[in-house]
Amino acid sequence: MHLEIYTPEKTLFDGEVNSVTFPGTDGSFQVLNNHAPLISTLKKGTVTYKGKDEEADVEITGGVVEVLNNTVTVLAEGTLEE
Amino acid sequence: MPNLKEVKSRIVSVISTQQITKAMKMVAAAKLRRAQDNIIQMRPYAQKLDGVLRNVTAGLDPEDGSKFNVEREVNRVLLIIVTSDRGLCGAFNSNINKATLALIEEKYAYIHKRGDLDILPLGKKGYDFFRKRKYKMVTDFWNVFSDLSFFEATKAADFAMKKFEEGEYDRVDIIYNEFKNVATQIVRKEPYLPIPPSDDDLGVESDYIFQPDKEKIVREIVPKSLKIQLYKSILESNAAEQGARMTAMDKATENAGELLKELRISYNRTRQAAITTEINEIVAGAQALG
Repeated sequence: MHLEIYTPEKTLFDGEVNSVTFPGTDGSFQVLNNHAPLISTLKKGTVTYKGKDEEADVEITGGVVEVLNNTVTVLAEGTLEE
Repeated sequence: MPNLKEVKSRIVSVISTQQITKAMKMVAAAKLRRAQDNIIQMRPYAQKLDGVLRNVTAGLDPEDGSKFNVEREVNRVLLIIVTSDRGLCGAFNSNINKATLALIEEKYAYIHKRGDLDILPLGKKGYDFFRKRKYKMVTDFWNVFSDLSFFEATKAADFAMKKFEEGEYDRVDIIYNEFKNVATQIVRKEPYLPIPPSDDDLGVESDYIFQPDKEKIVREIVPKSLKIQLYKSILESNAAEQGARMTAMDKATENAGELLKELRISYNRTRQAAITTEINEIVAGAQALG
């Protein structure tokens, strides 16, 4: 599935991944391929995504995620990494 | 006939002015690129946020979950005006100041007379302008350009939202320069709060799973999109400022060049006249002797 991570200041990630884990407001959750449409708010925490041979973390300060048609769009308020 | 030395010193001073304007133009060009990048980087975010917002609100009663679109009787007004910190950018700031005055005159004259109109300047020039004219102001945020970031911009947006919610202000408008291209800025006057109703109901309703629930999400996304809207205005204004400065400085450099050309002609003519007089004197002297 396709993952896009945006902050108001830049696009942090745009690419194919196999799974993503989010710090949801109601608790952490993971999204895999062909997930049902979902919108969730996020709290401060780490977004972890796994691609074919990479795995990376992005620290965000909160935001929203939308999952639709195998496209995951993360709108982060800000990021903590440099 | 102008004095040779005077003309020479004027030439020197025009040259150094030209060097400054040229350097400023170059700096503005470099900053413009960065400012332009910032807007371009932000547009996808704003666009996606808008898309999500539309998906969420589709099928939802627009009154639900958001108190930012409630129209009230207008008793107190806040105007957010975005100018720059520095001058030397043509009519950039005076356009905004004039537009603000015109807007007050046209729509809020009565409210202003009653003392119920506040101005929230972002950028030093607008702050100075309205302070001199003794307008009522909210002065906590004018310094936003010294450290331009989403976080700083958010503070002003938070302030406006909080005051609107508390009923302190019934209307918030925003006035800024939009960046169209390097040479063109468009003065925009937009209603900020209450949120103007959107014209299109083309929201595509999907069967979303909402976490935690629809209303909470609306309550989170709406303020966010307001913050983004303000931040976007600030970025637009920032890019427009650099564009305006670049054109102004380009024009100034050009004018200095023309002035220089005239001065050089005048200098050469004076010099030639002095030489001719000198030769005449020598010839006359030789003839008198011969």
